[in-house]
Amino acid sequence: MDILHFLQYSFIQKAFFAGSFVAIICSTLGMFLVLRKMSLIGDGLSHVSFGAIALGLFLGIYPFYVAIPIVMLASVLILKISEKAKVYGDAAIGIVSAVGIAGGVILASMSRGFNTDLFGYLFGNILSISDTEVMLSAILSFTVLAVVYFFYWDLFSATFDEEYAKTTGIKTEFINMLCALLTAITVVLAVKMVGVMLVSALLIFPAVTALQLARGFRTAMIIGSFVALLSVLLGITVSFFFNIPTGAMIIMINTLFFILSFLYKKIA
Amino acid sequence: MSTIIEIKNISVHYGTTEALKDVSVVIEQGDFVGLAGPNGAGKTTLIKALLGLLPISKGEIMLFGKSREGFDDWGAIGYLPQKISTINMLFPATVDEVVMTGLLSQKKWPKKITNNDHERVNKTLQELGIDDLKKRMLSELSGGQQQKVLLARAIVSEPKILIFDEPSTALDPESRESFFQLVQKLNKQNGITVILITHDTGYIGQYANKLLYIDKTLIYFGNFSEFCTSEKMSSYFGNYEQHHICHQHSQL
Repeated sequence: MDILHFLQYSFIQKAFFAGSFVAIICSTLGMFLVLRKMSLIGDGLSHVSFGAIALGLFLGIYPFYVAIPIVMLASVLILKISEKAKVYGDAAIGIVSAVGIAGGVILASMSRGFNTDLFGYLFGNILSISDTEVMLSAILSFTVLAVVYFFYWDLFSATFDEEYAKTTGIKTEFINMLCALLTAITVVLAVKMVGVMLVSALLIFPAVTALQLARGFRTAMIIGSFVALLSVLLGITVSFFFNIPTGAMIIMINTLFFILSFLYKKIA
Repeated sequence: MSTIIEIKNISVHYGTTEALKDVSVVIEQGDFVGLAGPNGAGKTTLIKALLGLLPISKGEIMLFGKSREGFDDWGAIGYLPQKISTINMLFPATVDEVVMTGLLSQKKWPKKITNNDHERVNKTLQELGIDDLKKRMLSELSGGQQQKVLLARAIVSEPKILIFDEPSTALDPESRESFFQLVQKLNKQNGITVILITHDTGYIGQYANKLLYIDKTLIYFGNFSEFCTSEKMSSYFGNYEQHHICHQHSQL
């Protein structure tokens, strides 16, 4: 089959469309998360989304509608636990993440009917994305990008030098919260694409690849988005023609870009 | 001279440890205050309390006549932290991007950068003689250059007061000399008030007109000249140390 026929499939079109949005928000937020040493919050929140999706399936509610508020709540909880309870941020992520998985497993064992559905979310499948999910991805991605656009300099300053940012009147606690909430939305969208197990890679890879090459923050953001977009589109295409799981292929292409950028930096 | 900062009987605690006890200081416009004291005396703590980075457990801080809690004109205060201590060096920020963050204090949400802002950044970089570094990444500059970039960030908003935390630690003697001269120029020519934390007690007197010496609590605050003749200070520091602190000053 040639590439033109391939592009005529509506499920491919939907995957390209939703995948592009998710790729760009992942790379945009991922850049801030990586630079703030908060990369693994994506991993923790994806585990929570596993539990939340299980709850949705258990109650017979559309999983995304359950997952988005619960994962947002979990992101706030991670921040609060690390602020108030004398627990380091990474330990707080560990706690919340484990509760998410444990909850999911218990719910799955209580209702035998939906195991296949639930385990589908472990590795995602963007080729089976529904119209509603495409719409949801587009709307939420626009929201995330708009918030980043309007808070760009606050995010920049708070990430570069949090203490100094405070002395210029930036409410850094609020910016941290914003970052966590946007990550929560992004993670839920990305779970559909690459699955619970691989979400954090989608947040981390484009950022670390861009950081090898970039010579300024704006260029880093642009390179990151470009790498993420290319990885998703190539990943979907290659996985279709060679019958390989899509999420895993997207991550492998991201890995390839990272290795190339690293080698380029060494040589140049 | 109008009062810029009024610190009234403040105490600061870290948990149950008292880091500062009952400190009162009044800083007036045009002052160049050298803030000195032994390690762990609470110098940085005092400055952080002033900037709203630390809560105070007792007393009150007035900034430009307003209580610290209600103060929002952060553009009037330029801050240069202890170098690199809080900066994220993996961050691929260019020099002009870093300096631009110094203008955010004057902006309301949503913060947008205008052509005028770019001009102000350019002008500040020119003043400090580092406009050729504009598009370089901060992480690849030398210690002295980084220090100048952070100074540019502190002065780009044309603040009325500049607060420095040990600015000379990372500098070689030559860069230190030119850095202090630059700060003195800002103080004398532009009338900017300066508070500068330093270990170099034998050196700061060349530039500062007032000495603020603390060791958990206030030991001395006033003119250098009075410090040198104070009998109370002779008994506190001993003749040699007192002489050392004010010796350089007498050369002015």
